[in-house]
Amino acid sequence: MTPPRPPLLAARGLAFARNDEPIFGPLDFHVSHGEALLVEGDNGAGKTSLVRVLAGLLPAQAGEIRIEGQRLDRQTAAHHIALLGHLLGHKPELTALENLAFAAGVYGQRAGTRAEDCLAEAGLSGYEDQPVRMLSAGQKKRLALARLRLIPAPLWLLDEPFANLDLDGIALVNRLVEQHLAGGGGALITSHGAYATGAYRTRLLRLGNGGD
Amino acid sequence: MTDAPLGRAFAAVLLRDFRLVWRRRGDAAQPLLFALLVVTLFPLALGPEPQILAKIAPGVVWIAVLLAGLMSLDTLFRSDLEDGSLEQFLLAPQPLWVLVLGKVVVHWASTALPLLLATPLLAQMIYLPAELMPPLFVSLLLGSPLLSLLGAVVVALTVGMRRSGMLLALLALPLYLPVLIFGAGSVIAAAAGLPYAGAWLLLGAALVLALVLAPLAAAAALRIALS
Amino acid sequence: MNRLLLWFHQLGSPPNFHAFAGRWIPWCFGVAVPLIALGIYLGLAVVPPDYQQGDSYRILFVHVPSAWMSLFIYAAMTVNAFIALVWRIKLSEHLAMACAPIGAWFTAVTLATGSLWGKPMWGTWWTWDARLTSELVLLFLYLGVMGLYNAIDERRAAARAACFLALIGSVNIPIVHYSVEWWNTLHQGSTIRVFGKSSMDPSMLPPLLAMVIGTKAWFIGSLLARTRAAQLVAESGKEWVQRLNPVRAS
Repeated sequence: MTPPRPPLLAARGLAFARNDEPIFGPLDFHVSHGEALLVEGDNGAGKTSLVRVLAGLLPAQAGEIRIEGQRLDRQTAAHHIALLGHLLGHKPELTALENLAFAAGVYGQRAGTRAEDCLAEAGLSGYEDQPVRMLSAGQKKRLALARLRLIPAPLWLLDEPFANLDLDGIALVNRLVEQHLAGGGGALITSHGAYATGAYRTRLLRLGNGGD
Repeated sequence: MTDAPLGRAFAAVLLRDFRLVWRRRGDAAQPLLFALLVVTLFPLALGPEPQILAKIAPGVVWIAVLLAGLMSLDTLFRSDLEDGSLEQFLLAPQPLWVLVLGKVVVHWASTALPLLLATPLLAQMIYLPAELMPPLFVSLLLGSPLLSLLGAVVVALTVGMRRSGMLLALLALPLYLPVLIFGAGSVIAAAAGLPYAGAWLLLGAALVLALVLAPLAAAAALRIALS
Repeated sequence: MNRLLLWFHQLGSPPNFHAFAGRWIPWCFGVAVPLIALGIYLGLAVVPPDYQQGDSYRILFVHVPSAWMSLFIYAAMTVNAFIALVWRIKLSEHLAMACAPIGAWFTAVTLATGSLWGKPMWGTWWTWDARLTSELVLLFLYLGVMGLYNAIDERRAAARAACFLALIGSVNIPIVHYSVEWWNTLHQGSTIRVFGKSSMDPSMLPPLLAMVIGTKAWFIGSLLARTRAAQLVAESGKEWVQRLNPVRAS
C-alpha cells in the first residue's frame, strides 16, 4: 500500500492582513491533483490577495501553505506554480512569439510543446509576429493562456481568467484547464461569478465577510 | 518538466531587454542629451573662460554622467512593473539576481555606454585638457557600472512607489558619493601629477564586489518592495 | 540564557513593552538630564583650559559624545533592522524606525558643534575632508531612512524597506570611524581610546564621561518613548489600547 499522495496545494489557517486590517482568513482548503478549486467572492473579498499569497508574492499573516507536502518557499513556488494575474506580463513592444520565447528561456519549456503550437491552440495563429500592443484585450489574454500551456507547472493559479474573453475564449480556458487537470495538474480559479466551467472536477470556496 | 539552465535564462533576459531597447531606440538618446545639457549649464553659469572650465572639467563630465544615470534609473524596472513582467520574474525558477543582473547590464549598455562613447564630445565642450582624456575615460569605465549597480538596489527598493523620482535621487546620491569622490578624484589627481592608480584599484574592487552583491541586494529589495 | 531569551520574547508583546517602557523612561531621563547638566557644567566651568586652544576646545564635551552617539545609534538601528527583516518582529521594526530621528539629531548636533569649533580652530566653518564628508553622508542616510519610511503607505512594508536601506547604509559606519586613519584629514585623529592610554589629559575625562553616559541614557529614554508612542499608534485599534484609555465617551 503506497501512502496517499499529498495534495497539490494545502492551506491551513491561512490569513492575510494589510496594515493590520484583516483581508481574509483563517482559511483551510486544498487542491488535489486533477481538480480545480473555484474561489468566488465579491470585489474586495480578497481573491487577488489570496492568489498572491499562495504564489508567495505576499507574506501571509498566519497559517501554512504546502505544495505537494513541502512548505511554500521561493523554490517550491517557482517550480510548481504558474500565475495568471491581472497584469498579464507581456512586453507590448515584443511580438507574441518573442514573448513566448522569453518565457521558455526563463521558465523552461514543457516537453513536447512548441511555441507556435501553443499559439495555434490559443487561437492566435497568424498573430505570431504581431507586437503585443496591437492585440486586443482578449487576444492578450489568449497569449497568456498560450504561455500557461508552454511552461511547465503543475499548479495553475488563475486570477479571473474568464475576464475580457468572448464565449470562444471562455471555452478555450475551460479546454486548457481540462487538459491540464487530465494530465495530473491542479488549478485554483478565482472569479466573481457566473462563468460556466468545463467538464472538469471542481469544488467551491467562497470568500467574503471574513472567509469561511 | 525541464528547467532552463542559468546561462540560458540570463541570455534570454539580455536578448529580451536589448530587443526592447532597440524597439524604442529613440528613447536611448535621452540620457545623452541630458548629459550634454548638464555640461552646457556650467559655462553658462560660470562664464565661458577656458581656464576656469578646464580646471573643473573632469568633475563636470563626471557629474553629467552621474546625473544622467540617476535620471534614467527609473526606467530599469518601471515597464516590467507596469505590465506584470516583474511579478512573473519573482516566480521564475531562476534566482532573481540572475534576471536583475541581466537587466542592469542592458540598462548600463543602453544608458551609460553611449555617454562613455560621447565623452570626447563632452570633454571638448568643457575644455578638458587632452592628456586627461584617458584617465577620465578609465574612471568612467570603472565608475559608471558601479553607479548602475548601486542605483539598481535603490530603485528596486522604491519600485512600487508613484512619484518616487525625488526620493530615489535622495536615497541614491549618498551611495553615489564615494564613487564620485574616487572617480572624479582620480582624474583631478592625474591633473595635479599625483598618483591615481590607487583610486582605480579601489573602484575596480568595489565594482567586482558590486557585481556579486548588488544583484542579490536588488533582488531582495524587489521582493520587499513588492510584498 | 534561556531566561533572557524568554524575557526578550515576552517584551515583544506590545502591552508588555508598553508597561516596560512606561516604567523605565522616567529613570532614563532621570539619569540623563543630571549627568548631561553635570558634564556641561564641569566642561564649561571647572576643567582647565587647553594649553593650545584655550577655552574654545570646551565644545568638545558636546561634540565628541554627539559624534559617538551618531555612530552608535546607527549601529543600534542596523541591529534592530536586521532582526526586523530576518525574524519579522514588529517591535524591532518600531525600534529601528525610532532610532533614525534620534540619530539624525545627534548627527546634526555633531556637524553644527563641529562647525562652531572649526571656525576658531581651523579658520573655516566647513571643509570637505573625509571625516566631515562621511559624517554628512551619515546625516543623509538617516534622513533617507526616515524619508523612505514616511513615503510608503503600508506601515509594515514601509518599515521593511527602510530597514533594508539602513542595512545598506551601514557600510558608512566604518568609513566614518576610520576616515581619520585612511585619509589625510584636517580633523584630528583618535585621541581617546577605550582600551589603552588616551592622549587626553585625565582632568578632562570626568565631564566627558558624564556626557557619554548621559547621552546614552538620553538615547535609551528617547528610544523607549518614541517606540512606545509608535506602538500605540500602530495598535490603536486593539483591545489593550482601548483598555488603557480611561475616558469613555458617554
